[in-house]
Amino acid sequence: MNTLSLASDRCPVIELAAVQKSFTLPDGARFEAVRPLSLKIARGDIFGLIGKSGAGKSTLLRLINLLEQPDAGSVKVAGRELTSLGRSELRAARQKIGMIFQQFNLLQNATVYDNVAFPLRIHGRHTRAEIDARVRECLALVGLSDKLERYPAVLSGGQKQRVAIARALAPRPEVLLCDEPSSALDAETTRSLLQTLRAINRDLGVTIVIVTHELSVVDQLCSHAAVLEHGHLIEQFAVDGRADERRSALGRELAALSEERRWRAQREDAAAAGSVAGVLRRRLIASEAQQIPSTILPRASYA
Amino acid sequence: MPESFIDLLPELVYALGQTFLMLGVGLTAAILFGGPLGVLLFLLGAGQSLANRPLYLTLSWLVNTVRSFPFIILMVALVPFTRLVAGTSIGPLAAAVPLSVAAIPYLARLVEQTLREVPRGVIEAAHAMGASEWQIVWRVLVLEARSGLILALTVLAVSFLSYSAIAGVVGGGGIGDLAIRYGYYRFETDIMLLTVALLIVIVQIIQFGGNALAHRLDKR
Repeated sequence: MNTLSLASDRCPVIELAAVQKSFTLPDGARFEAVRPLSLKIARGDIFGLIGKSGAGKSTLLRLINLLEQPDAGSVKVAGRELTSLGRSELRAARQKIGMIFQQFNLLQNATVYDNVAFPLRIHGRHTRAEIDARVRECLALVGLSDKLERYPAVLSGGQKQRVAIARALAPRPEVLLCDEPSSALDAETTRSLLQTLRAINRDLGVTIVIVTHELSVVDQLCSHAAVLEHGHLIEQFAVDGRADERRSALGRELAALSEERRWRAQREDAAAAGSVAGVLRRRLIASEAQQIPSTILPRASYA
Repeated sequence: MPESFIDLLPELVYALGQTFLMLGVGLTAAILFGGPLGVLLFLLGAGQSLANRPLYLTLSWLVNTVRSFPFIILMVALVPFTRLVAGTSIGPLAAAVPLSVAAIPYLARLVEQTLREVPRGVIEAAHAMGASEWQIVWRVLVLEARSGLILALTVLAVSFLSYSAIAGVVGGGGIGDLAIRYGYYRFETDIMLLTVALLIVIVQIIQFGGNALAHRLDKR
């Protein structure tokens, strides 16, 4: 099934084996959110989960930190089987798995500082000084050192998501789960959020798993991606791979997007090689590129 | 007429003290027992972390049952229990017993409803960070719902100010008792008006204080 398992087999930090999850709907019917599937995600990877709404991508993400208990199957993170852990062991294990959300989910009645300190305080083996140092470090990392004593209500959406990232990073996680992190943000804020996530992955070596309905986000951020449909894992691939190897419509659409991006970059490089005319042309192309909005799939096929 | 007010003053002050004693005991019992009961009801509710339908329905039924008693009947029904707890069935301390029994489920229900206003995602984020149930209660639910909880307590205090007047009927004393004894039974309308005016002022102060505190605590 896996067309590209080389990278993930090298050193998986997340291993889902035959996991499945169904829910009982209010009318009593069963809804198969995730049908039995297996997935490995390599350490240091940025992995995208894409699919239409209701495809099970969010549920799959929430299986990784056991926010949803799988009906069957095994969930291994950093070599630890999570499904067999007791409550307090699971709480300890969750420190190694950060998570951010579409709606940020910050404590509204706590300052930025207290929000970031929250995960450190609930695992009571840090001194006050350690917590203070770590909170400042994490907020510096996301560029919010000047907002320590503010409440979330006065921050912009992008700033709130940065606080959420700082909070997720505070306990030094190995994995960062992102559930539609940019869906409540505008294009410009999304771009800078993606830069932050990229930097976290590169500099801290945190493995990132991201659920999104924005293909442009996957294209710009992820090295690997998996496509889900009706709870099935349709395919997974390297984002830089070729379009004709893709089985799903979404996969091909993503490939077209990547190709377009590469082509534009090449054109810019060619322009850069030229003289004054080349520089002018490059500027023209750059401004043109800025005008093209980040690609979001039409709602009809996606939302 | 004015001299009757002055004659009444010591009794008025005494009655005021009785009222605050009844309210104080009732509200304290409500916070100590009704608060945790409300949190428990919330956590046992559908979709919450301790979701347990049979237990939720049992507790919920109990809360509804106590709340459905007309207060005066509850007070009389509880006389043996009151004697056991307070040693007597007369006076403000004795009246505080049925007041407490009525206030506990009242506040529990208010607390449960208030906690439902806390966004689900925030509780979920705390779970994802590895918080225990206890930590979620104190560091998430109480923190996020604190202004709502203050308003719930304000509603309770105002309702129980008037409940405490009913307690006067069976010898509880207090400001409401004064209104009934002098104003209602003896047709001293001015004294009745005075006590009612006093109750209006107290209610306004409670509500104003509650609103102000809730507003200060609300950073949303």
